[in-house]
Amino acid sequence: MEKTERLLEKLEKIFGISRILKQRDDLYFVNVSEEKLVAVLTHLRDVENFTHLVLMSNVDYIERGVFQLTYILHNYETHIDLAILVEIPRENPVLDSIHHLWKQGWAYQREIKEMYGVNFPNSPRVDEAFVLEGWEEIPPMRRDFDTQKYSEETYFPRGNRQTNDPKTYMAKKLYPQGEK
Amino acid sequence: MNKEKLANDGLKESEKHLFCDTRPQPYKSYNKYWEKFLNWARAESLWILGFGTGCGAIELRPLLTARYDISQYGMAPRATPRQSSVFVIGGYASVKTLKRIIRSYEQMQGPKFVVAVCSCSINGGMYWDSYNTINRIDHYIPVDVYITGCMPRPEAIIAGFGDLKKRIKEGRADGHNEYVENLDWYKANQKKIIKDWDMPDYNW
Repeated sequence: MEKTERLLEKLEKIFGISRILKQRDDLYFVNVSEEKLVAVLTHLRDVENFTHLVLMSNVDYIERGVFQLTYILHNYETHIDLAILVEIPRENPVLDSIHHLWKQGWAYQREIKEMYGVNFPNSPRVDEAFVLEGWEEIPPMRRDFDTQKYSEETYFPRGNRQTNDPKTYMAKKLYPQGEK
Repeated sequence: MNKEKLANDGLKESEKHLFCDTRPQPYKSYNKYWEKFLNWARAESLWILGFGTGCGAIELRPLLTARYDISQYGMAPRATPRQSSVFVIGGYASVKTLKRIIRSYEQMQGPKFVVAVCSCSINGGMYWDSYNTINRIDHYIPVDVYITGCMPRPEAIIAGFGDLKKRIKEGRADGHNEYVENLDWYKANQKKIIKDWDMPDYNW
């Protein structure tokens, strides 16, 4: 644990990481600026032994106008997870590719490009579609995309769909005379 | 029924001569008694296309193997659409899968039958408001029997196949002719959602 604190202090000095959040004893979240992302990841992988890229994902914070990308790294010696958060603007989002650090990175990046429209220049096959062949709308995982409206306009809804609020429905069914 | 040749607009000009542009023909039935015999033979030897689309296809595994052993009803899985007569739509179909479903369905030899399993293929199920899964499969290919449930148990699927056999023996399972006669309507629906149509209009 002390080791991790020391590591974070060091990262703060070298790269200026900010807003360190300790989620658990073995899970820390840190924020990094867009430009220093690849430098931090390279340093963590080659010097600090965070050799495993657990996942890479994206969150759309439409209220703040940013995309937040998350890179979770794992250290097999100390079993510490370190999550690197990067925020980039929602307009014309572009970020440096990490496929040269972890080979599987291209798959994550291709998916994020398809679902959110975040571009990763020079990442292999980043412009090819995973599932959305011939997609013409805005990327569907962006929160300003109305998926229900799109579905109703496109996929011939059957129109006899009924929904019940589970709580009131079950209460009526179990206690027809009203709850005691 | 429209008699024009197929346009094959999705293909490149250099590829057009490689593909057939003839429309599929409806199946003409023989005289009453011979057709009745043929229908009996078809119903008792249903061969399923081994193409699992969606999560409901997981229920086909116990059906095909020792636990429920569907070969006792004269059914067997086949590896290619050319040899099979039943297409089981196992639940939700995304647009990408639908393209493959259409290709496989058209390659099957008529008379052919479709069994739609799970609620997703009937009205969208839990994916009814998704951006990428279709709501009802019968707008894209004709369906003979629906089996509801999320997912239906193998017993329910066996009962559904029983209904299909009944329909075939009564001569009511004519999905192939329905597809051929309303080809333009089906193609318009398919092309509405498959935007990158890069195959011939009918996959012979």
